[in-house]
Amino acid sequence: MKSRSNSKEKLKFLPFFLLVTVFFFLPGIPSMIGAEDITNPDAESTKVIQTTPAPPINVTVKDIPNDKGGAVTISWEKSTDDGGGAKNVAKYEIFRSTQRDAGYEVIGNTVAGATSFSDNAAKNKVSYFYKIRAISPAGVAESLPSASVFAKRQWFNLSRLTLFILSLVIGFAIFYFIERAKSEKGLFIRKIAGLEAVDDAVGRATEMGRKIIYIPGIMDMDSMQTIASVTILGRVAKLAAQYEAKLEVPVCRSLVMVTCREVVKEAYLNAGRPDAYNDNMVYYLTDDQFAYAAALDGLFLRERPATVFLMGQFYAESLILAETANSVGAIQIAGTAMPTQLPFFVAACDYTLIGEELFAASAYLSKDPKLLGSLKGQDVGKFIFLLVIIIGVVFLTLNSVLGLNLPNLGRWF
Amino acid sequence: MRREVPLILTAIVGITMIIAHFIPPFNILKNLFEDWFFIIAAFAIYLGILNLIRVNADKLYKKQHDWPFGLVVILGFLLITIIGLFFSGGRSFQDPGTPFYYLYMHLYYPLSATMFALLAFFVASASYRAFRARNIEATMLLLAAFILMVGRVPIGYWFSDWLGDALGKSADWIMDFPQTAGQRAIMIGIALGVVSSALRVILGLERTYTGGE
Amino acid sequence: MDEITNQEKKTFWENLLSIDRRIIFLFIIIAVSVPLFFKTSLEIPVSPVVQGVYNAIENLPAGSKVLISFDYDPGSMPELQPMAESFFRHCFRNNLKVIIMGLWPQGPIQANMALDKVFKELKEEEKTVKIPQYGIDYVNLGFTAGNEVVIDRMGHDFQESYPADAKGTPLSEIPLMQGVRNYDNVDLILNLSAGYPGTQEWVQYAVDVFHVKLAAGNTAVQAPSMYPYVQTGQLTGVLGGMKGGAEYELALKRPAKAVSYMFSQAVAHGVICLFIILGNIAFFTMRKKKTS
Repeated sequence: MKSRSNSKEKLKFLPFFLLVTVFFFLPGIPSMIGAEDITNPDAESTKVIQTTPAPPINVTVKDIPNDKGGAVTISWEKSTDDGGGAKNVAKYEIFRSTQRDAGYEVIGNTVAGATSFSDNAAKNKVSYFYKIRAISPAGVAESLPSASVFAKRQWFNLSRLTLFILSLVIGFAIFYFIERAKSEKGLFIRKIAGLEAVDDAVGRATEMGRKIIYIPGIMDMDSMQTIASVTILGRVAKLAAQYEAKLEVPVCRSLVMVTCREVVKEAYLNAGRPDAYNDNMVYYLTDDQFAYAAALDGLFLRERPATVFLMGQFYAESLILAETANSVGAIQIAGTAMPTQLPFFVAACDYTLIGEELFAASAYLSKDPKLLGSLKGQDVGKFIFLLVIIIGVVFLTLNSVLGLNLPNLGRWF
Repeated sequence: MRREVPLILTAIVGITMIIAHFIPPFNILKNLFEDWFFIIAAFAIYLGILNLIRVNADKLYKKQHDWPFGLVVILGFLLITIIGLFFSGGRSFQDPGTPFYYLYMHLYYPLSATMFALLAFFVASASYRAFRARNIEATMLLLAAFILMVGRVPIGYWFSDWLGDALGKSADWIMDFPQTAGQRAIMIGIALGVVSSALRVILGLERTYTGGE
Repeated sequence: MDEITNQEKKTFWENLLSIDRRIIFLFIIIAVSVPLFFKTSLEIPVSPVVQGVYNAIENLPAGSKVLISFDYDPGSMPELQPMAESFFRHCFRNNLKVIIMGLWPQGPIQANMALDKVFKELKEEEKTVKIPQYGIDYVNLGFTAGNEVVIDRMGHDFQESYPADAKGTPLSEIPLMQGVRNYDNVDLILNLSAGYPGTQEWVQYAVDVFHVKLAAGNTAVQAPSMYPYVQTGQLTGVLGGMKGGAEYELALKRPAKAVSYMFSQAVAHGVICLFIILGNIAFFTMRKKKTS
């Protein structure tokens, strides 16, 4: 028979045994429930519980506006592991499907740190779902699927609405004044000194028995300035034919050569001097900017022309040409719409057509009422811009001085 | 028809390009027309080359005035073309180490840089002739040019450091305000000129570039 | 005696007014070339427009992709090549990835020249700086024709304009170009421009349409027309001519060619100013004589 006092003494030690058991077995509990052996000092991952990176979140999608369709933009918040650490995200993959929960295919990838992607291969009016997968050396993690989105074609680019309205107003003004000019006579246009001097310049070449050299710029026929220059060439060629002056047109582009030949040939025909025309009057030199300048410099120094026309789009070679022509005593009439080259022409040439005067030259020289009417329409556009600038400046000044809240007109354009 | 077809083509292409800027589905046509232009321009280069060779060969053959320059042009053209096409050793002709690259570095580059360097001389002679205080506007131009020329180089800083780099700051002010305002005004005028000129071309009012009146 | 002296004075001013331009050229040659033999340390404050370019690159995290478009030819090398070398130094120092392209045929060749120079410098510092590797740290896409159309098409897909790099390797096989589809995948665009196509086209077709971040280096002639774009924020900054390049080198704390050329430019400007002053003195003297 055992005594009751022995049992109580044993129970006294129970908490101690429980404590020892917990401390002994505690490190083993994670491995018992499936985690790695965290007592193994060699395992790095024993220090972390979660091994995959955090997934990207808040995936939002929208159709790209103001386009012809077929494009969707996907945005997301990047993974919190993007930017450093053992699970640093290396890239994101973008998945697309027409169903929310299945059928996803990868359509592209972006670098770490990116938070948007454009899907330019979406079909219009087809609903798509997107998921983003973050990829790191430690593993991958996918976002939840996005809401559905479909690409659609916009028939009008709303971001250009202001430009459209302005274009309509200015275009209408030009049409209106062209029509009005047909009946109205004597439309006023101020004197442009450079264009008034064209006659004298051509006459000078005839008297001196020296050449007229016409340079139509260094750009191709897709430049409006070249087209304007070729138009002026037609008028100059007609005068040269009438005055029997020698005309030479060295060009920088092949298409310009072809066009100038047609223009000069027609001008000589209209002047009644087809026999004086020769294809070699218009010839190609080179496409290279400075090689062209070198060739022209040599031409000026050898031929010592009486008159040089520099009309069109020029770049750094403008001053080289103008100064060389000046050094041989030629009269120079220049015209360009390049703001960076205008100062050089103004400093070095006898006459300069500044900016829009180059485009007005054809109307000015022909005196055609329809063409003059278009210049008046242009002035309407200028008036609108002037008005907007003045009102805008007044508003901004009042806002900053008086603390008013008048609209910032700059945001409308 | 010879005159009408180019005008009709110009109108169609011009109007399409304008519409494409506002109506996105027309971008397909816009891209197509742009591609066509590049193809035509690329083929047109051959026209230019043929003309260049023909004109200079003619000059050489007939021993016309300045015929040695024609010989230089033809020899230079043949040299670069043959070396670029046949002596690249299987590599791209632009790769460092090829004969073409050698010619580029030792012939083309020095010539091109020299032509650009001529600007330094011409700027000096043009400035000397043009910057005279003939009237108030010319005087203002002269003063602005002077401040900019001195303020944009270390000389301005050396002279005006004790005044808080007054010359440099004045030069920056001129660049930021009057110069920018003038540039913007000219750009607005040019833009309107381009619009008006383009409309005249598209509507067929301006025909001189086709050889018409 | 007075009459003779007066005639001499008159002759001198008249001669000055109609001076042979070759004498001016001679003075310019001396003014430009002699200072090149002297080494000076220059203090030039960095202007806000240049600081904008520096900050745009400096604030990019390591690994960011920078697209650099080389739109110039050898004629503009003195002004733009130092800027190109500085861009490469800055990008490689900050471990940025560089994608090179050109809208001018000579552009990519200029890029290779700048890279050669910068790599030679880096090799001297090999112990501390990693040498960039082609295809991983930088790639050269080469030249493609099309001007602004190329800029527009790259906004949708680079492969439309560049199916392969300058060596003919398809972009899909280049590690650096993995995941680079269009401007969305590029963090900054730098443009070195001497004319057309250039910075203006990049602003009109890339910034305005695709809202990219753009900084530029231009020749001194072109730089003034870029200031409106800096004021509106379409350009983060612009390096204008030799001075802009020199300021950028000083901001990088790596004075190089542009800084060394500035002394030459300064003396040349001084000589031109002197001629203008003399010319005006002669002009007023002659005018006074005529009126009296």
